[in-house]
Amino acid sequence: MENKIISFPHMGDYCYFIKPFLENITNMEVRISPPITKKTIEIGSKYSPDSICLPFKYNLGNYIEALEDGASILFQFGGGCRYGNYAPLQKTILKDLGYNFELYEFIKNGKFSFKHIYETIRKINPELTKGKLLKEIITIFIKIMLFDRSEHYTRKKVAKDNDNFKKIKYKFINDLKDKTNIFKIVHTYFSYMRKYQKVRCKKPKLKIGIIGELFTSMEPFSTFNLEDELKNFDISIKRFTDVSYLLIYKNIFHKITKYRARKYIKYHLGADATENVYRTLKLKRKKYDGIIHTKPFGCTPEVGIMPILSRISNEENIPIMFLSFDTENESVGIKTRLEAFIDMLSMRKEKEIEKRNE
Amino acid sequence: MNKAYLGIDIGSISTKGVIIDENNNILASSYIWTLADPVNAVKKLLKNLKQDIPKNYTVVSVGTTGSARRLIGIMTGANVIKNEITAHAIGTLSKYKDVKTIFEIGGQDSKIILINDGIVTDYAMNTLCAAGTGAFLSSQAKRLNIDVKDFGKMALNSKNPTKIAARCTVFAESDLVHKAQIGHKKEDIVAGICESVVNNYLNNVAKGKKITPPIVFQGGVSKNIGVVKAFEKITKEKIITDDNGHLMGALGVAILAKKEKEEIFDFDILNLDFETKGYECKKCPNHCEIIAIKKNKKIVDAWGNRCEKGSLI
Repeated sequence: MENKIISFPHMGDYCYFIKPFLENITNMEVRISPPITKKTIEIGSKYSPDSICLPFKYNLGNYIEALEDGASILFQFGGGCRYGNYAPLQKTILKDLGYNFELYEFIKNGKFSFKHIYETIRKINPELTKGKLLKEIITIFIKIMLFDRSEHYTRKKVAKDNDNFKKIKYKFINDLKDKTNIFKIVHTYFSYMRKYQKVRCKKPKLKIGIIGELFTSMEPFSTFNLEDELKNFDISIKRFTDVSYLLIYKNIFHKITKYRARKYIKYHLGADATENVYRTLKLKRKKYDGIIHTKPFGCTPEVGIMPILSRISNEENIPIMFLSFDTENESVGIKTRLEAFIDMLSMRKEKEIEKRNE
Repeated sequence: MNKAYLGIDIGSISTKGVIIDENNNILASSYIWTLADPVNAVKKLLKNLKQDIPKNYTVVSVGTTGSARRLIGIMTGANVIKNEITAHAIGTLSKYKDVKTIFEIGGQDSKIILINDGIVTDYAMNTLCAAGTGAFLSSQAKRLNIDVKDFGKMALNSKNPTKIAARCTVFAESDLVHKAQIGHKKEDIVAGICESVVNNYLNNVAKGKKITPPIVFQGGVSKNIGVVKAFEKITKEKIITDDNGHLMGALGVAILAKKEKEEIFDFDILNLDFETKGYECKKCPNHCEIIAIKKNKKIVDAWGNRCEKGSLI
């Protein structure tokens, strides 16, 4: 049998965990697609329908670069909005471009199903047993959950030197990614958390929550490193969307979420939109200074909740800034808006403190 | 020697500069075209200001704002570099203490700033599209063969403004051509354009924002009386405009510069040789656009790189 290589699109730092997972369940070579650059998004948008959402273009760019790099089996993950229809369309586009490959979907119809994954992987690796797959899924879940927890911690803190957290993070990923023993994974997590806690921090100037569409909140390249920019202003960040939320928490809390936000919504809004309405209320309750809502230009579920969020913003008196991202490559406009938003929040905060002291 | 503060607002179309004293009174001001050459525009601006500044004042702090703020900030050694939204709000508040809403339409962008109790509580800025900005007005004026300065006055003569699509510049333009070809009067079309700018602004930028008087209207477009009247007609509120409306950003940043550390500003930078250079870094496929700024042939600052590979300093 010829040597087949597996690849998959990028999103944040998760590629490091997905690689060993796929290696273990398929017994094949897995190659992380080349890192996202401007070239990725250029070729991605060249071959995509113009009005498709941004993640599609990034994914397609990743695929083309991975195929050029020698990959012949591709994976797509899929979700609850148009994301669920990416795979068939991308497959058609790539076939039309003349590439020879197979594309498999991990998640079908927006639902995570063990049976579906098992049947899909069996097509590639007939030796896979249910027990093995279950073990690997549990391992990657634990890794991702622990990694996300550490990320929550570092996002909240403002280090005196921002690079410190980053350096530890990459060491942590390196140590964590190939571990298979669950006890060792947990041990690694705690030892790195202690390292994080030793980093010297300062008091954050403001607290900002990031909500919005999943890809733009998780892939820093697509938002011109929004979180790093905020960190440069000494801002503590809260972001709800990460892979452990998508895989686990979302399913558990989805129904309750709608109930908790019942004052503003009656029906589910698709993708993470229901959650985002609730998060806005929650961030207000937790006394956050402001909210940044990110989305790709034309993301239907998120566009749909913008009027609701504006209303909450007026009624609950919490500023929300809406940012749309597309394939433009100039970050100056975003930076100006961000700077103005932060200025505004600081002024509001000063005024509040003044009032309290009177 | 009295202290003075310099504020420079360098936008896409025009460059504005003011020098104020400690009580925010304007001592000197200048307003020139940027002509896509910010470095020379600022040199010219400083030359004008140098002539106007009273002899017994010394500039002790400099602030820059506008889209070329960083470049010019480095060139002038500015003490404060601020975004135009904050600068405009602070400048306007210094003159109109109880302002609640600021409309600002500039050359390439438009924004709305809401103010409560003397602080900015909300703002919005046009995204992705330049419809209904000064650039649109001036290109349409050229198409109709009218001087931009007469544009507003001409609109006032119209009794029956033509309806023009306000959604988007491209649609508005084709609508306009069509209306002209079927025989609408020129002044009606001009008045229609003014109304379409206002509608576009209120439907896009100011969407969902509560507009409460007093309203101050600023930016280059506020000089256009036709647009001002259209605003009054559509919002049914009194619109305040100011002869110094175009200077508010520069004034705001000059006021901000007052709070910064003082160091005497030397107008001699006029004689220094500044050169900017933009190029693509080829060290990885990302091809970051790097801007390097050289003072007397030596690189003083560079930015645009996303990683260390492209770092020049």
